[in-house]
Amino acid sequence: MESVGKFMIFLGQQFVRMESFKTYARRVVDEAILIGYNSIPLFAIIATFMGAVTTLQTAYNLVSPLVPRYIVSVVVRDMTLLELAPTIMAIVFAGKVGSNIAGELGTMRITEQIDALEVMGINATSYLVLPKIIASIITYPMLVIFSGFLTITGGYLISIATGVLSGTEYVYGIRYEFVQFNVGFALIKAVAFGFLVAAISAYKGYYTVGGALEVGQSSTSAVNNSCIAILLADYVLAQLLI
Amino acid sequence: MIEIDNVRKSFNGKPVLHGISGRFEKGKTNLIIGASGTGKSVLLKCIVGLVMPDEGSVSYDGRDFTHADKSVKSDIRREIGMLFQGGALFDSMNVEANVMFPLNVLTKMSPAEKIDRVNFCLERVGLAGVNKKMPSEVSGGMKKRVGIARAIVNNSRYLFCDEPNSGLDPQTSIKIDNLIQEITYEFDITTVVVTHDMNSVMEIGDYILFMFEGRKVWEGSADTIAAAEAQELRDFIFANKLMRSMVKS
Repeated sequence: MESVGKFMIFLGQQFVRMESFKTYARRVVDEAILIGYNSIPLFAIIATFMGAVTTLQTAYNLVSPLVPRYIVSVVVRDMTLLELAPTIMAIVFAGKVGSNIAGELGTMRITEQIDALEVMGINATSYLVLPKIIASIITYPMLVIFSGFLTITGGYLISIATGVLSGTEYVYGIRYEFVQFNVGFALIKAVAFGFLVAAISAYKGYYTVGGALEVGQSSTSAVNNSCIAILLADYVLAQLLI
Repeated sequence: MIEIDNVRKSFNGKPVLHGISGRFEKGKTNLIIGASGTGKSVLLKCIVGLVMPDEGSVSYDGRDFTHADKSVKSDIRREIGMLFQGGALFDSMNVEANVMFPLNVLTKMSPAEKIDRVNFCLERVGLAGVNKKMPSEVSGGMKKRVGIARAIVNNSRYLFCDEPNSGLDPQTSIKIDNLIQEITYEFDITTVVVTHDMNSVMEIGDYILFMFEGRKVWEGSADTIAAAEAQELRDFIFANKLMRSMVKS
């Protein structure tokens, strides 16, 4: 409970003694490049292979003359929108971006860079952390859309390459009884997960005490806590919104 | 002038500062000296507000800093420049961006004015032409110089230096000491240096506050320190052979 309280105070500190809008705008763009743009290659590889493997495994398990083959792509589509793109990729996001945020802030803490900001009269929490949270909230949903597209494309390509179902069947399944809300649901989850990963990782990094060993521990702890928070939030959002 | 009055601080019930008082005057290099673990850095952190004292107060030219509200504290902090032990340069920025940082965040100067000011400060610390180098590409001594340039770029009225000589060779240490003293006199600022380096003490100590186990044991200047009677201070000063032989001769 003490940690939760400290975390809430940490979040509250983002909005006191703020710098100019221009300063934050510039920082958010920089962070968006680091957090979002630089994650594109990793997300592209994981999403494409995830789509391909999901398609193959679904096809392998759905060998019944009673089940039409396009159901494979229906399953791939719904899995992608409901879990793979927003939730599983959030775990990847926590591993890549969360550890980076915690490591960066932890290093800044132990090398007195955060103290240097405070001495200058700058609210280091707000200056360093708020742009990361905003950038994460903006870019993670974009990465989810991108991942979702590539997961479905990966499935399409592997379907054609292996012949488990034809291109026409795959596309028919993707369009079959499509529920638009699922896209909205994925994006709501993406915003929540983007916030959780950035905020938790920043909190863990910001309060690092010690040396290089502790920075490593903060990064690990940031990823662990982010993953748990993502799964809890996933359950709560599913319960509330579906 | 900075005044500290009866500053006390404990961590987890263990007292680290036992009511320290002192006056650091404008236009002088004021030194806080003592062995490692005596609370020098904690005292410095209390003075600049990175650590809140349990008791006592710190005032900047009569303005109470310790009990001031956040906006007053923020205003005072914008007049403070600090050189950290490791330089504390921002790794992601080059030398120019590091020095320009306080101007970007705290002032409304035009880009041309900022560049002029940065170049002036870099030149002043003897680093003209290294603007585009990254912190990882410069030596320890250069990092300290960049740190000093960043500390004075916003026309700071108060300069704090935490162990400015740590990790430097004796010649570079003296250069850094002299630079700090020159800047103090030239810009007529209040400078407080935390050090345990006796070379610094003898070289630039206009006012010296000696601490032992969280207490102020002695205060004076470099001219009077060798004649001090406090045993803890004598043990500290004459810990090395060189100082002992100098006194004998």
